[in-house]
Amino acid sequence: MAIFTPTVSIGEPSTTLGGNGAPPPERYGGDDGRSNYGSSGFDMRLRRARLGMGVAIAGIVMVFVSFTSAYIVRQGLPTLDSRTGNLVRDWIPVQLPRLLLINTFVLLFSGVTMELARRQAAREAAIARAAAVSTASASADSRISWLALTVVLGLAFLTGQWMAWRELAASGFDVATSPSSSFVYLLTGMHGLHLLGGIFALLFAGAASLLRRPIASQVVVLDVTGWYWHFMALLWVYIFCLMEFAH
Amino acid sequence: MGLVLLIVIWLITFVSSYFFLAKTWWLPTGASAAAAGIDHHFATTYAVMGIVFVAAQVTLGLFAWKYRDGGSSSPARYSHGNNRLELIWTMLTAVLFIGLTLMSGSIWASERFRPAEPGAVQVEVTGMQFAWYFRYPGPDGKFGATKPELIDPTGGGESAVGLDTTDPASKDDVVAGTMYVPVNREVELILRAHDVIHSFFVPAMRFKQDAVPGLAIHMHFTPIATGDYDIFCAELCGLGHYRMHGMLKVVSQEEYDKWLAAREAEKQ
Amino acid sequence: MATREFAAHESHAHAAPQGFIRKWVFSLDHKVIGLQYYFLALTAVFVGMFLSLLMRIHVIWPSVTLPLLGQIKPETYVSLLTMHGTIMVFFVLTTAPQGGFGNYFLPIQIGAADMAFPVINMLSFWVTFLAYLVMLAAFFVTGGAPLHGWTGYPPLSALQSAGPGEGLGADLWVISIALFCVGALMSALNFITTTLDMRAKGMTMMRMPLTCWAWFITAILGLLAFGVLLSAGILLLLDRNAGTSFYVPLVTVNGQLAGHKGGSPLLWQHLFWFFGHPEVYIAILPAMGLCSQLLSVFSRKPIFGYKAMVYAMLSIGLLGFMVWGHHMFMSGMSPYSAFAFSIMTMAIGVPSAIKTFNWLGTLWGSRIRFASPMLFAIGFVSLFVSGGISGPFLAQPTLDIPLHDTAFVTGHFHLIMGVASIFGIFAATYYWFPKMFGRMMNETLARVHFWFTFVGTYCIFMPMHYLGMAGQPRRYSQFTEFHYFDHLIPLNTFMTYAAFVTIAAQFIFVLNLFWSMKAGKKASDNPWEATTLEWTTATPPPHDNFGGHTPVVYNGPYEYSVPGAPSDHVMQTDPTIVAAH
Repeated sequence: MAIFTPTVSIGEPSTTLGGNGAPPPERYGGDDGRSNYGSSGFDMRLRRARLGMGVAIAGIVMVFVSFTSAYIVRQGLPTLDSRTGNLVRDWIPVQLPRLLLINTFVLLFSGVTMELARRQAAREAAIARAAAVSTASASADSRISWLALTVVLGLAFLTGQWMAWRELAASGFDVATSPSSSFVYLLTGMHGLHLLGGIFALLFAGAASLLRRPIASQVVVLDVTGWYWHFMALLWVYIFCLMEFAH
Repeated sequence: MGLVLLIVIWLITFVSSYFFLAKTWWLPTGASAAAAGIDHHFATTYAVMGIVFVAAQVTLGLFAWKYRDGGSSSPARYSHGNNRLELIWTMLTAVLFIGLTLMSGSIWASERFRPAEPGAVQVEVTGMQFAWYFRYPGPDGKFGATKPELIDPTGGGESAVGLDTTDPASKDDVVAGTMYVPVNREVELILRAHDVIHSFFVPAMRFKQDAVPGLAIHMHFTPIATGDYDIFCAELCGLGHYRMHGMLKVVSQEEYDKWLAAREAEKQ
Repeated sequence: MATREFAAHESHAHAAPQGFIRKWVFSLDHKVIGLQYYFLALTAVFVGMFLSLLMRIHVIWPSVTLPLLGQIKPETYVSLLTMHGTIMVFFVLTTAPQGGFGNYFLPIQIGAADMAFPVINMLSFWVTFLAYLVMLAAFFVTGGAPLHGWTGYPPLSALQSAGPGEGLGADLWVISIALFCVGALMSALNFITTTLDMRAKGMTMMRMPLTCWAWFITAILGLLAFGVLLSAGILLLLDRNAGTSFYVPLVTVNGQLAGHKGGSPLLWQHLFWFFGHPEVYIAILPAMGLCSQLLSVFSRKPIFGYKAMVYAMLSIGLLGFMVWGHHMFMSGMSPYSAFAFSIMTMAIGVPSAIKTFNWLGTLWGSRIRFASPMLFAIGFVSLFVSGGISGPFLAQPTLDIPLHDTAFVTGHFHLIMGVASIFGIFAATYYWFPKMFGRMMNETLARVHFWFTFVGTYCIFMPMHYLGMAGQPRRYSQFTEFHYFDHLIPLNTFMTYAAFVTIAAQFIFVLNLFWSMKAGKKASDNPWEATTLEWTTATPPPHDNFGGHTPVVYNGPYEYSVPGAPSDHVMQTDPTIVAAH
């Protein structure tokens, strides 16, 4: 009892604890001086969707951080050779098929078309908003073309990855051949899987466009898918460099 | 209700503390050179954490009773906290906890940072589902080669560890199912495992180390009292984990030499 | 107006769904999804308890033949403990507090109409449910459930030949966990976005109830940790089925070469525990947040040191990612790393201690109302202290040498993670039941449940510390083989009987739960006279939580016994509070 001070008024009076009868500041939800985003539902949805995508990307990054640390550990790990009783390193780098380089350019190019589709959609949204309509204008076609091209390039990339796998297997490297080949299949496969998810999202966006859904919804989907697509491209470049240079 | 809470919390605290203090179920008597230091640090941590345990639980029980809403008591104090107090108890706790760890550092260092002394008795310990085997290098001081293809657990002894008898250094290797070591000499262990992770645990020696396939882990300890000590497996290794057991027999130097010589003789 | 026409995305999330399937099965309503998670956890906890009952029976009576199940063989015991741990950690402790109560009450407590992404929320539940079914399926396939422990260390978990259950059962186990990771990541995404972006006007971060902070920080931990577990699981599946050797070095099982080489068992341990340590904080943080909440409500006093509590939870979250090596002191890891991990582990004890001091500080000078939620909150503090005190023993590698992999560890984590977290779930149930179902639970049954559970769990888990110090290893199916354990059998027997009683008492809770849903006393909108937003709305809350209007927040969440105020609690939405101090 004696260790506690009897007075209870310690504590900064300026904390936001306890109301002081004053109305809250004229900002929504929030603290930390965020700018007034206004009452537009679209802006809010876009912001929220982008935030969600950012969070999701952080989660996916951790999966590949984990793979990377496994890669680095495995590369450097000496293993006990029972026959000699010595520790030996058994990492033999895999000769990556040149096809992967071509695939890289395909994916990067698809990033350009993706960005074009995303920006076109944003432009149309701005026009629609000013005109107070909900549906897209006639220039929807160019947006859909860029979108379709992105899907085609994405599929081309995945096909190219599949062909690269075949090439690797033909030269004697399948998933269980060596630790390095295991990682090549693992990293490219996991990336490809995530990219496939992105392609589904693009198809969904395309369907929404063809079905003439409100432009605001389409823009949100296309925007976050665009950011996801760029992340996939960056991730691929990272994986490629890891496999090619880190050995 | 407040009074019942106080009584039950205090009762639980005092009953459990009693059994801790009375050492009704306790660490077995230490029989290694490291045991004294480990046990001493255990006692220190024990005393400190014991005081914290009792103080916290007693206070909780006391407050539950003292501040019960008795209808006529004064209103609760409106307080959002006390920053100075927060700072004080944070510092104290940090000093206490980090202090304890640093105190234990020298023991950990002497056990794990330095390799075994030259001249230590070398024993290679191999764990497999569900037995321990102990290999001695013999007079040549070298362990012979082993080959995974030669491993045959049903054969026991040399075939269980996969000893390559074509290697000259294997000729004098002794493989036993019981571990003999001489008292008051440092023992160097080389821990290996064939199949899954096991763990070599000798409670009386205050010794534990996982035996990991793919690794040969060097550890050391010094037994200081003769006797028979149980060895248990302390890492889940399958259905027989509960019965994976060995005996460590610490004997005089003369008895150890006699035992080893007898094993060597059997090999001829 | 122009923007409305443009942003004509009709807020379908706010129109109440019709039809049984849309309303109760594939619901997008966070409240329904929260209940789905809760009832999933409820079935899982009874499965988990049943498994532990069989385990305790076998330890004392290894050769007994049970009706229907026959005799429990040693390999069965190890399968039981594997599934017990996995089901309890994932499908109870990581499901009910966060997916259950978090889903239900986070949006309401911050003044939102739903979670940020209702479709993802719905999917996250169904993925988790699928994971649960896959996990249970492992019991019924050839070979049965795996026996490699919830920690799944390879090579034991990577080799089909290493034991019964390590065939298809183990594959299903890995797949279930992988699915669970996906569900958890989706859920984390929702919690984080919702907390950051959907707080009502005036609900600043520092006015959020500590439950919301706990759910938020738990979600961040989940976001960063489950991806690592997912990757570890993928590598394990490949080792098991594709002949890779991420984890498995050259090994022979029963003299047969297993066909792998070069892998590292320690790699799994690093990846698993990088997830596994944050996981234990995921299991306990929501309960800590709730305990703070309940102590404040039921002692009619603000929480002592709100800011310190927030910083403590943030530090626990951050430091939680830096201590994983303390599970690996004996693993063959570098002893230098071990010492570094040890320092970090002792450091994380500091914020936990701060929280305990602050809980005691909240009780000091208060007026305690002993409703059932409060009993469990006080019980939580006691259990948290008991379970936490054994931590510093294990955190020092020197002392971990005799204690690692003994019953001491089992006692430690059961008290601080298992029982304490379960007390949080019970407390949450008794506290929020009136709001969710419009009725009160029976107080007498609740008290009986509390006393049996509080005393019972201490009787089961406190003795484990003595057993561990005496050298009893964990995961042993019986102690009849070696005389070393003879003197420990009586204590083990006592624990088994305590388990019988404690498990039986849980049926009182279930009875109370279901009976009260139908026939409990009708509840008012704010039966506990609490201040947070869920108590400002109707009971049960309408589909959009606040009946069409968005709350505006003026006060912090713990304004109890404010001097000069007309009542002893001031709602967060009350603009008329008299100046405090």
